[in-house]
Amino acid sequence: MTEANWPLFEVFIRSRGGMSHRHVGSLHAVDAEMALQNARDVYTRRGEGLSIWVVASSAIKASDPGEKDMLFDPANSKIYRHPTFYEVPEDVGNM
Amino acid sequence: MYTQGLNSIDAHPTSAEDAEREARFQARIDADEKIEPNDWMPATYRRTLVRQISQHAHSEIVGMLPEGNWLTRAPSLRRKAALLAKVQDEGGHGLYLYAAAETLDVTREELVEQLLAGKAKYSSIFNYPTLTWADIGAIGWLVDGAAIMNQIPLCRCSYGPYARAMIRICKEESFHQRQGYEIMSTLARGTAEQKAMAQGALDRWWWPSLMMFGPSDKESQHSDASMRWKIKRFSNDDLRQKFVDATVPQGHALGLVFPDPQLKWNEASGHFDFGPIDWEEFRQVLAGNGPCSKDRMRARRKAHAEGVWVREAALAHAAKRRADEEAAKLAAE
Repeated sequence: MTEANWPLFEVFIRSRGGMSHRHVGSLHAVDAEMALQNARDVYTRRGEGLSIWVVASSAIKASDPGEKDMLFDPANSKIYRHPTFYEVPEDVGNM
Repeated sequence: MYTQGLNSIDAHPTSAEDAEREARFQARIDADEKIEPNDWMPATYRRTLVRQISQHAHSEIVGMLPEGNWLTRAPSLRRKAALLAKVQDEGGHGLYLYAAAETLDVTREELVEQLLAGKAKYSSIFNYPTLTWADIGAIGWLVDGAAIMNQIPLCRCSYGPYARAMIRICKEESFHQRQGYEIMSTLARGTAEQKAMAQGALDRWWWPSLMMFGPSDKESQHSDASMRWKIKRFSNDDLRQKFVDATVPQGHALGLVFPDPQLKWNEASGHFDFGPIDWEEFRQVLAGNGPCSKDRMRARRKAHAEGVWVREAALAHAAKRRADEEAAKLAAE
């Protein structure tokens, strides 16, 4: 069989008003239009969503897990970016 | 379970470098970290997962057939709507699982091809016929009950995409078992003829349901590595016993009799004892000699072949629409 493969899409769903779209899975479709329809059938059979985004998987650029340390370690030492780093006199109360 | 065909061992040569990476990999698993698609993983871990997840996916898809058999003959609109929703769910579960398998560098088309060529296995249970409406009740109650027993621990499997797919599936699956039990309890409380139908379905499905958990631990060669990698959390026999313990009281509540004269409560062990499983039947069904094995494969091949033109037309239509849009954009410039 010499059938061409259908492209892969990633599906993002907003579950409730006020929430951001969240990745729920992927599916195959010939184009974005069909991906949207299929996402509705596959991922929202029980009222899981108010809005769907589909993105061609090939359009996603991801960070390399091998570079995890280089990318994210520098933030670990910068504890002064967190509020708990700073001292506030007790009698001032919550700030 | 849905991966009963995993009962074989991979030869696996390791270099010194691999051994070091494998040790680091094992340490991550021991620390309960999830493994994600782009992470390094041993080739056998990847192969085991592809096989397990795809067998699971094939089982969901083939599993639509025995129940689909009764869609047009459901006894009421309520039952029909529920069964249709359930069969639709199984299709969806197949898709989640294929998508999870595809994160391991294998294409959907290859996986489907393996199934249609008879090279991939699926659960033995779907090679049995659904002779009466009561069989639909028994499938929901017993087959989905057994599936849930197996799938809940898989939600904590070490491979992220598989675990996430299983969480979704388990959430959706809980209605399946309840709708099956409702069918059984309606029949069991009905006329003598209806009660006999329910009993007949239990007689037919009980032993095949126990076989769903796969070979006994004494023979399951794949368990060790799968346990170590936290792909599997409980042994086949442990899960089977859990299922028996949970299910027998449910059957007694229906006033039905299990087709096992040796089945009895063991006060000392706190479990039900049950009779020996006919492993020869299991092996035959798994080897493709089940009562409906040929039918199931024929139905899948037919559906796939008859869908070729639809898949090609959809691609051609999408290409044409893209070309039209580009031409319109050019004309507008």
